[in-house]
Amino acid sequence: MILAWLIIILMAGGFLAWFFGRINHLWARWISLIALIIDFVLVLSVWIQHPGAVELTRDAPWIIEMNLSWIPRFGISFHLAMDGLSLLLVMLTVFLGLMSVLVSWTEINERVGFFHFNMLWILAGIIGVFTALDLFLFYFFWEVMLVPMYFLIGIWGHENKIYAAYKFFIFTQASGLLMLLAILGLYFIHGNNTGVYTFDYLQLLGTDIPPVAATWLMFGFIIAFAVKLPVLPVHNWLPDAHTEAPTAGSVILAGLLLKTGAYGLLRFVLPLFPDAAISFAPAAMLLGVAGILYGAKLAYAQTDLKRLVAYTSVSHMGFVMLGVFAMNQLAFQGVIMQIICHGVSTGALFILVGALQERIHTRDMNRMGGLWGTVPRMGGVAMLFALASLGLPGLGNFIAEFLVLVGTYQASILFTVLAALGLIASTIYSLRIIQRVFHGGQEEEWTITDFNAREMLVMGLMIAVIVWLGLYPQPVLNTSRPAFKNLQYEISDYRTRYTGSSGEFHDTDRAVGDIQEMSRLLFRHTNIFTKDYSAGLKLPAMNESVQTGIIRLSDRIKYVPQCSKGGQL
Amino acid sequence: MTGTDILTLMPYLILAGATVLGMILIAIERNHTIMVGFSLLAFAVAFFSLFRAAAFIPRQISALFIMDGYTLFFLGLLFAASFLVVLLSYGYFKSMTGNREEYYLLIFLATFGASVLVASNHFASIFLGLEILSVSLYTLIAYLRTSQRSIEASIKYLILAAASSAFLLFGMALIYAESGVLEFSQLATYLAGGQTGLLILTGFSLIIVGVGFKLAVVPFHMWTPDVYQGAPAPVTAFVATVSKGGMFALLIRFFMETDAYQYQSLLLIFTIVAIASMFFGNLLALLQNNVKRILAYSSIAHLGYLLVAFIAGGELGVEAVSFYLVAYFITTIGAFGIISILSTSEEETEALDDYRGLFWHRPWISAVFTAMMLSLAGIPLTAGFVGKFYVASAGVDASLWLLVILLVLNSAIGLFYYLRIVVAMYSQPAEGAEVPAGRPSVSFGGGVALAALTLLLVWFGVYPGGFMEVIQSMVSGLAHGYQSIPIHTGLF
Repeated sequence: MILAWLIIILMAGGFLAWFFGRINHLWARWISLIALIIDFVLVLSVWIQHPGAVELTRDAPWIIEMNLSWIPRFGISFHLAMDGLSLLLVMLTVFLGLMSVLVSWTEINERVGFFHFNMLWILAGIIGVFTALDLFLFYFFWEVMLVPMYFLIGIWGHENKIYAAYKFFIFTQASGLLMLLAILGLYFIHGNNTGVYTFDYLQLLGTDIPPVAATWLMFGFIIAFAVKLPVLPVHNWLPDAHTEAPTAGSVILAGLLLKTGAYGLLRFVLPLFPDAAISFAPAAMLLGVAGILYGAKLAYAQTDLKRLVAYTSVSHMGFVMLGVFAMNQLAFQGVIMQIICHGVSTGALFILVGALQERIHTRDMNRMGGLWGTVPRMGGVAMLFALASLGLPGLGNFIAEFLVLVGTYQASILFTVLAALGLIASTIYSLRIIQRVFHGGQEEEWTITDFNAREMLVMGLMIAVIVWLGLYPQPVLNTSRPAFKNLQYEISDYRTRYTGSSGEFHDTDRAVGDIQEMSRLLFRHTNIFTKDYSAGLKLPAMNESVQTGIIRLSDRIKYVPQCSKGGQL
Repeated sequence: MTGTDILTLMPYLILAGATVLGMILIAIERNHTIMVGFSLLAFAVAFFSLFRAAAFIPRQISALFIMDGYTLFFLGLLFAASFLVVLLSYGYFKSMTGNREEYYLLIFLATFGASVLVASNHFASIFLGLEILSVSLYTLIAYLRTSQRSIEASIKYLILAAASSAFLLFGMALIYAESGVLEFSQLATYLAGGQTGLLILTGFSLIIVGVGFKLAVVPFHMWTPDVYQGAPAPVTAFVATVSKGGMFALLIRFFMETDAYQYQSLLLIFTIVAIASMFFGNLLALLQNNVKRILAYSSIAHLGYLLVAFIAGGELGVEAVSFYLVAYFITTIGAFGIISILSTSEEETEALDDYRGLFWHRPWISAVFTAMMLSLAGIPLTAGFVGKFYVASAGVDASLWLLVILLVLNSAIGLFYYLRIVVAMYSQPAEGAEVPAGRPSVSFGGGVALAALTLLLVWFGVYPGGFMEVIQSMVSGLAHGYQSIPIHTGLF
C-alpha cells in the first residue's frame, strides 16, 4: 500500500494546496512541502529497510508490490511495484519536487494554490510512471502528468509560453498515443497467443511476437520515449518548453520528465522486445551519439542562458540513449547515474538561471558578465554545477558518463570515441557559461542580492548530493544492480558476452546464468535449429563448448514449456 | 397485444402520456417552473420504468419493436440525457418572454422519436421514429422565434432532413422491391440466402445516406455548424446527443441483425466516411472562433471515431460504441450545458473571446468546462479517455490499422482546438476588460446537472469496470441473437 500512498498523498496534497491557497498563499506552499516531506520519509524508509545488499531474485524481483483488480473487462489491474531502479527514480522525484517547491517560494506569486496543485499532480503522475507494472496503468500515469505540466508552462511561463505549452503537449500526446497503439497491439497478440487478455507487464514479458510486428510495436514505444528523452530528430519541443517554463517547471521537466523516457526504454522496450531492440541498437546508439554532439553544438550557440542549459539536456540525454542500447551492466549503471546526476546538476543550473532572471529580469547572456563580484555565492555554485555538467571527476556526472562510455566500449568502439568527443564539447559550453555570466566586465551595472538562506539551503542540498554521488556512488549502484541483473536476463545481451574479446565467462555462477539465458532465448525460437540459426541470432563467434551446451540444454528445455512463462527460468 | 407487452412498452407509454398530460397542464395553468418539474418527473418515471420492463426482456412486440437489453440501455441513456437537457433549459429559458412551456412537450416528442429508433426492428418503425424526431427538432431549433439565426438554422435543417428522409425511404423501397420484406430478421434470412442483387446494395447505400445525415458525418455534415450555432444552446445539446445517439443505436442494430457486415463495399463506404469525418471535423474546427461551431466540427470528428469502432464490429466494437456514446453524451451535454448556463435566451456566450479569463472569475464553471474539453480530447481521468481507449482497442482487435492510426493522428490535431478553449479560459483577461455584466448566476438545477455530469465523467474515467460489465452483458444479447424469442403479432 505504501506505493499507493506515495501517489495519494501527493494528489490529496494538491487538492488541499489548491483549496487553501485561495485563502493564503503560504498555506499552499507549506502543504506542498509537508506532502513531499512525508513522501520523502516514506521512500527513504523503504531504502533504509532494503539497502542494495538485499538480493532481489528473479522469483521475487520487487521490494514492494501491490496489485488490485481495476478494469477486469480488459484484464487491467492497479499493479504498482518497486525495484531498485524504481526506488532510485522515485527518490529523485521526491527530492527534486522538494527543491521545486522551495525555489518557487518567492518566484510564483499568482494563483499559488493552483500552481502547487499542478506541481504535486505532475509529481504524482511521475511516481506512477516509475512504479506502474500494468501497461494501461503506465499509459494512464504517462498522460496524467502531461496536463498539469501543460498548465504549469502555459500559465506561469515566460514570454512565449502558450506556444511552448502547445508544442510540448502535442508532441508528447501524439507520441503517447502511438505508444497506446503499440500497447494494444501487444495486448491482442498476447491474448491471441495464450487466450489470456491482460495488460500486466510480467505476463506480457516473453510474448512470442512475430519479428515484423515486434519491430513495429517497439517503434510505437520508442517514439513515445524518444520524444520524452529527447532523442535527436524529435527533440525540438524541449528547448522551447524548458526555456518558457517557470523555474520549478524547468527543474521538473529536465530532472524528471525526461527521465520517464529513459525509464520507459529500460523497463519496457528492452525486456518486451529484446530481439527487435538488439537489431535497432546500432541505429539507436547512432542517434544517441548524434544527440550528444548536436546538443552540445547548439548549446554553445545560444545566447539565452536558459536555452543553453536546455540544449545541454539534449546532449546529456544522448548518453542515456547510448547506454541503454549498449545493453550491458556497466552501461545500465551509468544510465541510472546519469539520470540522477543530470537531474540534480541541470536542476541546479535551472534554479540558478531562475534566480538570476528573478533578479535582473533577463536571460540574455550578452547583458550579463562580471557578476561574480556582485553575487559571489551564485558564482561559486554555478562554477560547481558547470564543472559537474562537464564531467569533472569527483562529481557525480563523471561517474555516470564514465560508466556509460566503458559499457559502450564493449558494444562499439566507434560510438565510444565519438561520444567521448562530447565531453570536450561539454567542457566548452560549460566554461562559456561561467565566462560570459560571471567573469569579464559588467555590461550593465547590476545591483542585485546574492542567494538568501532558503536558496543556499536548496543549493547546499543539491551540492551535497552531487558530491556524494561523485565520491561514493556505491549505494546507488548497489541498489540498482539487482534490478539491472533481472533486466539483463530479460534481454539478450549475448552479443557482448558471447562474441569477440569479452566472450569468456568470469565465474561459474555467471556461466550458468548465461547458459540459462541462452537457452531461454533459444526456446523463444524453437524452430531455430531447423533454420539457419547464424542468420537468425548472429552468433558467429560462439565458443564451441558453449555451443554444444546450448544445444543440449535446448533439447532438454523443450520438455519444460512453462520455463518461458513470465520470462522466468 | 398482451398485458406483458404493455408493461414492456411502459417507458414509451409514459413518454407519450406525459406529452398529452403536459398539454392539459398548460391549458390549466401556464407556469414555466411547474412544467419543468413535470418534465423532470416524467423522464425520471420513464427511466425507472425501464427496470420494471427489464423483467420481460428479450421480447419482440409486433413486427415493429424489439425490447432487449440493448434497447433498454439506450433508452436509459436517452432519457437521462433529456432529463439533463431539461434541467439545463430551465435557467436558459427563464428570462424568455413568450410561451416557454411547449418547449418541453417538443422535448418529450423528440425523445420519443429517438426512442422508437432504438427499438426498431422494421423499416416502418424506423421511418415513424425518424419523422417524429425530425419534426420536433425543426420546431425546437427555431424555438427562439425572434432570432433570425434560429429560423435560418431550422429551415436549413428542415430542407436537408426532408431530403435525407427521402433518400432513406427510397433505399427502403429498393430493398423491399428486391426482397419483399421490411422486417430486419426476415431481411437477414433473405440475405443469408445469398441473393444480393444490385438493388439491395443500392438500397443499403441510400439508407446510409439518410442515417449519415442524422449522424452528421462527412459528406452529409453541411447543416451541423449552422444548426449548432443557431439553435438555442440546450437544443444544440439535444441534437448533438439524443438525435445522434438514437440513430447510431439503430445503425448498429440494423447492421448486426441483417449481418450487413458481410458486404465489403458497405464497409468501404463507412471507412471513407469515417476518415473524411475525422479529418474534416478536426481540420475545420481549427479555423473556428466560435465555441459552438468548434464543438459542432468536433462532433463530426467524434462521430468519425465512433464509426471506427462500428466498422470494427463484433462484440468489442459494439461495446466500444456504447461506451464511447455514453462518454460523448456526458461531455457534450456538459459542454453545451455550460454554454447554456453562461447564456440567456437573449444573448448567447459563444465567441471564444467571451471565455477569455473565465477561470479567474468563474473558477468552478471553468474547471468543469476544462474537464469536458479534456474528456473530448481523450485525456486520462475522464470518460473520454476510456472511450477512446475502447475504440482504439476495438480497431486494433479488428486489425484496422489505417483507421486506428488516423484516429491517433486526429486526436493530436483535435487536442489543439480543445486546448485553445482551455487556454482562453486560463489566460489573463484583456487589460481593462470588464467582467461582462448580466451573465446569469448558475441556477440550482444547472449546478446539479453539471456536478452530476462531472462526477460521472470522472467516475467512468477512473473506475469504469462496473459500467463496462453492464455494457458487456447488454451487448452479448444483441450479438448472439434472439432466435428463440416468441413473436407477438397481436394487434398488428
